[in-house]
Amino acid sequence: MSKPAKAIRLKSSKGKLTAARIGCYLFLGFLCFLCLFFFYMLLINASRNTFQIQQGFSFLPGESFLTNLKNTLNDANIPVMSGIGNSLLVSALSAALATYFSAMTAYGIHAYDFKFRRAAFTLILLIMTMPTQISAVGFVDEMQKMGLKDSLVPLFLPAIASPIVFFFMKQYMDGNLPMEIVEAARIDGSSEFHTFNRIVLPIVKPAVAVQAIFTFVSAWNNYFIPALLLDSAKKKTLPILIAQLRSADFLKFDMGKVYMLITIAIIPVIIVYLLLSKFIVRGVALGGVKG
Amino acid sequence: MHTGNPPKAKKRSSYAKWGYFFIAPFFIAFAVFQLIPLASTIYYSFFQYFRQGLRIIGPNFVGLANYASLFQTDLPKYFGNTMLMWLVGFVPQIAVSLLLAAWFTNQRLSLRAQGFFKTVIYMPNLIMAAAFAMLFFTLFSDNGPVNATLLSMGAISQPFQFLSTVVGARGLVAFMNFLMWFGNTTIVLMAAIMGVDPGLYEAAEIDGASSQQMFWRITIPLIRPILVYTFITSLIGGLQMFDVPQILTNGKGEPDRCTTTMIMYLNNHMYSKNYGMAGAISTVLFVLCAVLCLFIYFSLTQDNASAQRARKGGARK
Repeated sequence: MSKPAKAIRLKSSKGKLTAARIGCYLFLGFLCFLCLFFFYMLLINASRNTFQIQQGFSFLPGESFLTNLKNTLNDANIPVMSGIGNSLLVSALSAALATYFSAMTAYGIHAYDFKFRRAAFTLILLIMTMPTQISAVGFVDEMQKMGLKDSLVPLFLPAIASPIVFFFMKQYMDGNLPMEIVEAARIDGSSEFHTFNRIVLPIVKPAVAVQAIFTFVSAWNNYFIPALLLDSAKKKTLPILIAQLRSADFLKFDMGKVYMLITIAIIPVIIVYLLLSKFIVRGVALGGVKG
Repeated sequence: MHTGNPPKAKKRSSYAKWGYFFIAPFFIAFAVFQLIPLASTIYYSFFQYFRQGLRIIGPNFVGLANYASLFQTDLPKYFGNTMLMWLVGFVPQIAVSLLLAAWFTNQRLSLRAQGFFKTVIYMPNLIMAAAFAMLFFTLFSDNGPVNATLLSMGAISQPFQFLSTVVGARGLVAFMNFLMWFGNTTIVLMAAIMGVDPGLYEAAEIDGASSQQMFWRITIPLIRPILVYTFITSLIGGLQMFDVPQILTNGKGEPDRCTTTMIMYLNNHMYSKNYGMAGAISTVLFVLCAVLCLFIYFSLTQDNASAQRARKGGARK
């Protein structure tokens, strides 16, 4: 009697598990639909003309993709090409400066036993939790006085002090940078900066790669500070061009162009993400747990 | 031991000074681009300092007058808006993230295609908030595709004005915040759950605990530090809410300024070059964030201690 009963219980628990799994997949499928639907709509609408877009959703693309692309790139009011160039420049320089100098700062605190080491570390952690917006008034004022108001320089130079990137690098070094290697380099007569550039940087390369992606993306998406600093059309970055679209008289707009500009602004990031998603997802997990 | 090894100690201290060279660029950049601006922001908050047309008024020292008038404006309302929209986005975010993190890490359930799901749910987090908000604006505008589809399906007889109703506008902002952040939170929580000693689950399984019991009695107490961390970082992020409502409502916070956030208000003052008032708002935000930071610090250190105690207690059993 006990045998069949046990079998039945096993079977029913198996059935329950299958049911639970189906439930999970349905819910996950729904969430994925939510995440992907808007991007799909964006791509579809970028390939249709205004009239078709106003007819409602369609799951099939239209034929106006190239027309929309041409119209967007040639619009005199939205300098898309220079926008892409500016965004690329600011994002790439931010990523390079943030990762290099954060690795340097992290190495300084990791490798040397100086007097204010703990104080410096605690201070950087405090800075990490402060939003940049709160110093915006003084920042804009200072940039004005330095003659950097309508310039791209204040958009990437402050990346030298990136506390979050620093924190990640420090965690990574704690786990992956044995001081014996540094000692050996010293014995071989390598100077401290030479050791850092030639030995330490290659070891922390994975951390640099992950953080370079994050910094690049957040600089690419940054809107608040650029909107306060940039005035001339040729200096504007992509987020500002999109905001400009919003404040333009909307009903007069070619909707295909609107969707196309949004596509141009986010598709590069999505492509990079899809190529590197494994590392990015791992990077988020690393940063989160140790934080 | 310390005194017994003078050559080594000397050698160490001779290298120690290099530490300053390595951390110098960070602190110089921090001082120039953040500390001095922060100090002058706070400084301006005590002055009457604005532009009227081309005329610059001030800076005239007015003490706390900016703060006094600040609290007579709608700042409390904007603070309320910010917190409400954050909360409405955060509650489903943490609930869904916990659920997904529990599923992904559940050995018995062993879901397939996890890589795909993680990749997709993290995607909205990378998208330019400005572009995402613009996309939502076009999709949900009165004659946008969402309304057109609902009309043609016969679900509604008149276009629903998502952006001119309080619930619609706030709901869209909260929904976008949810969509942008739940993937990130899921991955962080998942990593936290995977850090829990698997021996605890094995022991619980032998004792006949159900999945639910394991989740509530083992997982939740042990990942509490990370939950607190997620909560506070999200709250600080929520206080900074700007891009989404700004673009969605064209900076006006319509309808009836019910979606105006504190940073949008700050931004308005900065655009009208009222540096005194903008400084006062910044200082209020600074104090709010400082209090939150202290709170993180204490709750994290305390939670670590209590979690360790719990872990020890569990091991002794």
